Amino acid sequence: MAKADIKVPEMHEYPVLPILQADAMKGSGPYIAKAGFQDPLGYPGELVDNWEDKAVEKMGDLLSRFRSLRVYLDSCVRCGACTDKCHYLLGTSDPKNMPVARQDLLRQVYRRYYTLPGKLFGKMGWQWGLDLIGAKEMNKDVLDDWYNYYHQCSQCRRCSVFCPYGIDTADISMAAREIMDSIGQGQKYCNEIIGKVYKIGNNLGLPERALRDTLEGLEEDIEDETGVKVRLPLDEKGAEVLLITPSADFFAEPHVDGLMGYAKVFHEAGISWTISSYASEGANFGMFIGSYENMRQISLRIRKAALDLGVKRIVFGECGHAWRVAYSFLNTLAGPFDFLDPHYPVPQHICEITSGLVKEGKLNLDKSRNDDMVLTFHDSCNVARASRMGNVPGGQFIIPREVIKAVCNNFHDMEANTIHDETFCCGGGGGLLTDDLMDLRVKGALPRMQALKNVVEEHGVTHMAAICAICKSQFTKVLPYYGFNMDKIVSVHQLVSNALILTGQEED
Amino acid sequence: MWFLTGFYALFFYFAVIVLVAGVGYKIYEYARTPAPLKVPTMPAPLTRGGVVLRLMGEVVLFRSLFRSNKWIWLFGWMFHFGLLLVLLRHLRYFTDPVWGWVALLQPFGKYAAFAMVIGLIGLLVRRFTVERIRYISNPSDYLMLALLLLIGVSGMMMTFVVHTDIIQLKAFFLGAMSFGWQPIPSDPILLLHLTAVFLLMIIFPYSKLLHAPGIFFSPSRNQVDNSREKRHLAPWAAELEKAEAK
Ligand code: SF4
Ligand code: SF4
Repeated sequence: MAKADIKVPEMHEYPVLPILQADAMKGSGPYIAKAGFQDPLGYPGELVDNWEDKAVEKMGDLLSRFRSLRVYLDSCVRCGACTDKCHYLLGTSDPKNMPVARQDLLRQVYRRYYTLPGKLFGKMGWQWGLDLIGAKEMNKDVLDDWYNYYHQCSQCRRCSVFCPYGIDTADISMAAREIMDSIGQGQKYCNEIIGKVYKIGNNLGLPERALRDTLEGLEEDIEDETGVKVRLPLDEKGAEVLLITPSADFFAEPHVDGLMGYAKVFHEAGISWTISSYASEGANFGMFIGSYENMRQISLRIRKAALDLGVKRIVFGECGHAWRVAYSFLNTLAGPFDFLDPHYPVPQHICEITSGLVKEGKLNLDKSRNDDMVLTFHDSCNVARASRMGNVPGGQFIIPREVIKAVCNNFHDMEANTIHDETFCCGGGGGLLTDDLMDLRVKGALPRMQALKNVVEEHGVTHMAAICAICKSQFTKVLPYYGFNMDKIVSVHQLVSNALILTGQEED
Repeated sequence: MWFLTGFYALFFYFAVIVLVAGVGYKIYEYARTPAPLKVPTMPAPLTRGGVVLRLMGEVVLFRSLFRSNKWIWLFGWMFHFGLLLVLLRHLRYFTDPVWGWVALLQPFGKYAAFAMVIGLIGLLVRRFTVERIRYISNPSDYLMLALLLLIGVSGMMMTFVVHTDIIQLKAFFLGAMSFGWQPIPSDPILLLHLTAVFLLMIIFPYSKLLHAPGIFFSPSRNQVDNSREKRHLAPWAAELEKAEAK
């Protein structure tokens, strides 16, 4: 979509609740996956015959396997507490982007086919009864709404924090996408990418040769800059650490500066490490499409790489949903990891490594090298609300900030109700980071942009750091729509890289 | 007279059976369905004890709702705790002799009805007036509030305005419970009150009222954050792995 088509919402000093505009974002949703992208994931290539029945059947299958779905679909009392919590509602004003309304798209079908009154009214053909309880037959209109609005949810879980029963719309979006995939209506962006992971090893389809060249290029860059030879090893058997990082780290800006930061940290700490060409991807889009099986297949690559390379530890680079899958699910999906060194948690986050080294005083850091910047930190949803770092609850908020403060003199947090577990999504998570959803992405970034604008004006903040590949890519794209420079977004380990003085480095 | 007594006694049995069996079955279903992934909303407690505290915070104080919206919290909390006291007060119609603490509770329970009804009115007004909540409301959401209001107001009428014969009422319930029926007082307000209560009990297992057991089974609130330390595997996922290993 061209830039001209996108209406950027207005920023206000305080978040303003929009007046609802029904169907403001009604549409046909993102591109639908063609058969070629469905096959490798085990899904039908096009809408199957009888898809209405098949969808209801698949819902039953998920209900029997996921308690979350059952409890969430039953428990909502429509109290309204979540209605103003979603960044997409705030940015688009479309009432179906209220979390509860988004859930209701699935719930109306659940009520029709899986509750006693729904079955009864449906059988008797009593429309008034179905209307009374908000139940609906599965039909094309319902499917269209599903496809459209379940691809306007970045699965950020902000609504779940505020719901009195913890109802997580992210879970419901995942289930809806899994149902749609199973009847042949998948999303092109996610499914094409998962296919590439299976075939080549990463989301970008970067083959081993290209990866090796890229890493060598980065080694040269670091040497040019510091005079020190820092290695970025690939497929080195017997290394201590296997680094799993999103493939965007290999070439995108500002991601790649972060990767050089990890390399320098490992180098200084004397930890041998390696990247795997077989599992050269931290991202796991299997989560976005709600598929346990695909998520597991993708995760098993990491297990195999760790076994083949004989490493002792697994460390993840800066990526939000990858860290969720790693921290919360990896042990379940691809464990047990009893073949790794039991002295370390499996897996670890690169920020945990760096903050540990900072505390031990193992890194020679010159904060003043970041004095040209005033920083703030964007908590990425999946890190903040779906994972942890360190050994206390909330460590995921403390540790990255400790790292930033250890390498920068100037840091200011954004407003309290926009950080930590109340953080606002960047607008591009959950499998929505695709050009065909650009309008949605720009609008969904509104609450974060407002909060950023406030600290820019009050504290002269110049840069925002993040630890998520999707956040970084999304902000690079959307910052200009809000009048900010696209390089305002930086990697946390880019800051580390700036401040870290390597042993033997020529001082400039 | 006997027709009325018989009707209400049978209605009472039916409502109790539907409520107990329906909710019991739901709880069984929740308990039986695994939560295959660790999905607590973080930050989450690291121990079982911590989870108990977290759930207590939700059930007793409505902590998440408090963070979310102070008005809904206020009205919701008034309603639920009003209701709790009122319900406990009603135990006296079902026990003989009345337990000491239930007797002590009587005056509080009497006035808790006001909190309950004010809370309900607040929730209903918000449902009508707040555009976002109006949008998400189904007819059943209004009817459920109306039913609860009917229960609350008819009950208060009997407490404060037109008293009913509670001795006779108690005889009816104790009789019904021991299958020796005693006549029910035939005041219209009492009959209205009982009809509404029995209806609510019947609706319970098939409606959003399931949030009451639901909260205890909500994986985002009841899981321990220990995924790195302890492998969490659902039975069907274990089957999947076994099938693959073959
Ligand atoms: S906060 Fe929870 S219970 Fe209330 S409307 Fe939203 S999803 Fe439903
Ligand atoms: S998970 Fe996030 S994007 Fe999805 S409905 Fe909830 S708040 Fe909105």
